[in-house]
Amino acid sequence: MARDLLKDFHQTAISAEGPPMTEVILRRFLQAILVVFAMSLFVFVGIYGIGNPVDLLVPEDMGPAARAEIISHLGLDRPLYIQYLTFLGNVLQGDFGNSFVYNTPALQLIMSRLPATLELAVAAMIISTIFAVPLGLWAGLRPKSISGRSIMVGSILGFSLPTFWVGLILILVFSIWLGWLPSSGRATGTVFGIETSFGSWQGIQHLLLPAFNLALFKLALIIRLVRAGVIEAMQMDYVRYAFAKGVSDRRVMLVHVLKNIMIPVVTVIGLELGTVIAFAVVTETIFAWPGTGKLIIDSIYQLDRPVIVAYLMIIVALFVFINFTVDMIYLILDPRARARMVGTA
Amino acid sequence: MRVTLPFKAAAAPIAIEGEGEARPERVPRSSPWRLMLREFYESPVAVGALAVLVVLILAAVFAPWLTPQNPYDLRSIDLLDALLPPGETSMDGMVFHLGTDGQGRDMLSAMVYGLRVSIGVGVISCLIALVVGISVGLAAAFFGGWVETLLMRLVDLQLSMPSILVALMLVAILGQGVDKVVLALVIVQWAYFARTLRGSAMVERNKEYVEAAIGLDVGRLRVMFTHMLPNALPPLIVVASVQLASAIALEATLSFLGLGVPVTEPSLGMLIANGFQYLLSGRYWISVYPGLLLLVLIASLNLVGDQLRDVINPRNRR
Repeated sequence: MARDLLKDFHQTAISAEGPPMTEVILRRFLQAILVVFAMSLFVFVGIYGIGNPVDLLVPEDMGPAARAEIISHLGLDRPLYIQYLTFLGNVLQGDFGNSFVYNTPALQLIMSRLPATLELAVAAMIISTIFAVPLGLWAGLRPKSISGRSIMVGSILGFSLPTFWVGLILILVFSIWLGWLPSSGRATGTVFGIETSFGSWQGIQHLLLPAFNLALFKLALIIRLVRAGVIEAMQMDYVRYAFAKGVSDRRVMLVHVLKNIMIPVVTVIGLELGTVIAFAVVTETIFAWPGTGKLIIDSIYQLDRPVIVAYLMIIVALFVFINFTVDMIYLILDPRARARMVGTA
Repeated sequence: MRVTLPFKAAAAPIAIEGEGEARPERVPRSSPWRLMLREFYESPVAVGALAVLVVLILAAVFAPWLTPQNPYDLRSIDLLDALLPPGETSMDGMVFHLGTDGQGRDMLSAMVYGLRVSIGVGVISCLIALVVGISVGLAAAFFGGWVETLLMRLVDLQLSMPSILVALMLVAILGQGVDKVVLALVIVQWAYFARTLRGSAMVERNKEYVEAAIGLDVGRLRVMFTHMLPNALPPLIVVASVQLASAIALEATLSFLGLGVPVTEPSLGMLIANGFQYLLSGRYWISVYPGLLLLVLIASLNLVGDQLRDVINPRNRR
């Protein structure tokens, strides 16, 4: 039996060798590019191919001659694939067209709103990590206790709470009943020449409610992740030996347990940043936070196609970039991942 | 291999073999499903959640017979009753236990009807997504090769995007309406089912009974659907219960953003959105109560799903 185990071990060791690193990186990179192109095609056909943009762009009382002129000027009389190629060429130069509503370049519009969204997302991530790690640790150390079980049931509630409804309740309690915090908008102050909410007390006050709202969903996720990690780590030999050796509880927790489970936790936090940015759509709408999420909802209402397309493309690119980066970090940290990634490719 | 067996586990089978049919009533018949059911009942929280869920579903199904008012029937609504706080009485003596909304609708009735739309949209989209996901997952596990690679790549691509973004994208492209929301929810969910089923079907694919069935020249579809599927199903049930919860939440979110179901069929999300404008003036009940109902619905689904996961997961087996 021992020999079988050894054979198994050797086999995994061999398969872990995998192809050279550069090849793996290149393959993943090409894949990422392919995904972005596929999504651009999907978004373009979806937004421009279905429905008629002419109805939107041309005033109804315009004569047929003027109408035809505008159509040919916009290139809408050409076949769809040529329109797509033109669109693609423009996008590669950073040109998504002008917003119908604001009449400024769509990309510029989104970029001007992006800092507010990123600020909100980062604040939410910080809040959820600060609360979730100690709670998850506690629940993991005492999984059978009443407090441990309550934390778990609480985290299920956290999963179940609809983000938008929590936002309303936060406004109701903290703005209307208690009057402690403002219910909408953003205030900024300048720190080191950067305009940010962290720059003034007023800015932080405005940031608190939306950031907490956005944090809640991820809070539940990280609690469960930390708890599962702690339960697993507590059964590991290195933790038992550390206890047997007489290392203090505190040191075992911080150095042996927490440090090891932080790897998956940090990975998830990184991956979830994209989700948080996407979910900011809801929070920004409720708290009238002037970020990209509110912009996209307004644009959908107003059928502002260039802005919709630009937003979707930027978010997709962001996602592909985050996934790619996480994969690459894994690749460097864990050689076994190399074989796995190629294995499924 | 296994040196120490837990005392109980070792003792039980011996007792069965030793006594044979002498005391059949002491040995409960234990099909896997029955075992799961028994383990499920071990958690009082999960049983409570299941009970709540059953009540909510019954309320949604029998809404017209339960509610004091038909919120869609304009004749039964009086604008003079608008914005009454909970417990107030209407002109003709009807008590509004949860208050009224801006049009004078009884909130309790509106909520039960909203529950109907929310559960309906969630269940229908979940069922369609299940059919799609099961077919894709089974096909991938059965055929392998390039079919599997292609399908699973598609699943990966889908799952790398957050559901709210995909749904938003689809609604932006397709426009609004119940059918479009259902379609968006199906597209968001099918990949979870496909991946789960493929995982468990792969395990079944390599088992002897499947090899035997193929060897006996049983048709491919029959092997897939009558041999592999029933055995690969349990993990899917867990995912389905959790996905149903997230589908309902997503529909509510879309409706709240004004991109979901139309105004004529208010779901819980839309009721909450309608109350938003009144919330700022302190009339909390229009938004708060539908939200509570939505929370109870989603939480009980998640609690049931969570317990199912513990029951089905072999790692948690004692």
